[in-house]
Amino acid sequence: MTKQEALFKYTLRLGDNALILSQRLSEWCSNAPFIEEDLALTNFALDMIGRAQAFLRYAGEIEGKGKMEDMLAYRRSERQYYNNQIAEQPNGDFASTMVRQLFVSAFEMYFFAELQNSKDATIAAISAKTLKEVKYHLAHAEDWVIRLGDGTDESHNRVQKAVNDLWMFTGEQFEMDEVDNLLIAEGIAVDLDSLRPLWNNYVENILKTATAEIPKDEFMQTGSRKGIHTEHLGHLLSEMQYLQRAYPDATW
Amino acid sequence: MVAVQHTRQEILGYLSEIADPEIPVITIEEIGMLRDVNISDQGCEVILTPTYTGCPAMGIIEADIKALLHEKGIEQVTVKMVYNPAWTTDWISEEAKIKMNKYGIAPPKHSSCGSVADAEKHVHCPRCDSQDTEVVSRFGATACKALYKCNSCKEPFEYFKCH
Repeated sequence: MTKQEALFKYTLRLGDNALILSQRLSEWCSNAPFIEEDLALTNFALDMIGRAQAFLRYAGEIEGKGKMEDMLAYRRSERQYYNNQIAEQPNGDFASTMVRQLFVSAFEMYFFAELQNSKDATIAAISAKTLKEVKYHLAHAEDWVIRLGDGTDESHNRVQKAVNDLWMFTGEQFEMDEVDNLLIAEGIAVDLDSLRPLWNNYVENILKTATAEIPKDEFMQTGSRKGIHTEHLGHLLSEMQYLQRAYPDATW
Repeated sequence: MVAVQHTRQEILGYLSEIADPEIPVITIEEIGMLRDVNISDQGCEVILTPTYTGCPAMGIIEADIKALLHEKGIEQVTVKMVYNPAWTTDWISEEAKIKMNKYGIAPPKHSSCGSVADAEKHVHCPRCDSQDTEVVSRFGATACKALYKCNSCKEPFEYFKCH
């Protein structure tokens, strides 16, 4: 694997994580429990679509085949997507969306704090910008997880169910492969092993305050580094890509 | 043959009149989005930095820039987006903050906001200047604003978030 190939795959991963979670969050538009939440969730989706656009545009430049960000978003099938599986998981109820957001945003806070020091100037700049936005996402998610988890029996049970269901998707965020190893040596990528204890500690504290328990089962899902996904990604893409698949190159 | 018959300063001067589409009392220069202008044989390149990565106003601003410079006789215009250094509310000028406040949007108080919660304290109501205000939602009609209400005059208002 050349450095260019590794950088292309790494940048796709960064873009795909933002794009797929953005698509999921945008499904809340007009469906959130109340108007302020509708605005909050679509605000996050907007931040993430902007981040996806910046990373995928850069991925297209690295690949050097003249692909713009839209082509990378709309013309790849699920096996060519490298987002973590947690990003594609269905929204479920509001508690489930907030728990997913807590798991992802806590990871992203530590991740982009490191990645903003990347030796790749473009990745560093987009990461510095992203970090500011992620702080707001995380503050929002932890407020809700605590409020619901330490709330009524009903809301507590829903948070606990979401934690149980989503926990097995959290390990993948820290997986590294050939791409990571090559780019860590170049000072471009982040060593994810170093983030795991920080993430664990942060999430454990929030869940403790929320009176929720971390599942004992340590089985972790894997696959996305190789483009293997849960069944949900295909359905998500079929909706997201419909227009460009049915009418290629359509513009408005 | 593309000759740009204007200096960099002149072009920056024209562009400093373009208003932010969401906060029309403030220009793209005052908010800190307009970074620079480069003139070359290929024409004029305008350097912008987005406030938020997904800010939908960027497309409108780009169109506004091209329309204005075309009007001034500059045909070859490209707009380049740069992310480094990352935009911060520190770049909003004091005059702009006063204008923003008059327009009904509480300007960002503390520019270097460590924690989200700390930055939210002591936001003054833009209508009655009371400090007795509370957050309704951290997320408003645009990515850059939060929803507040004033406990003194009871009016709702928007706060331009520290970033």
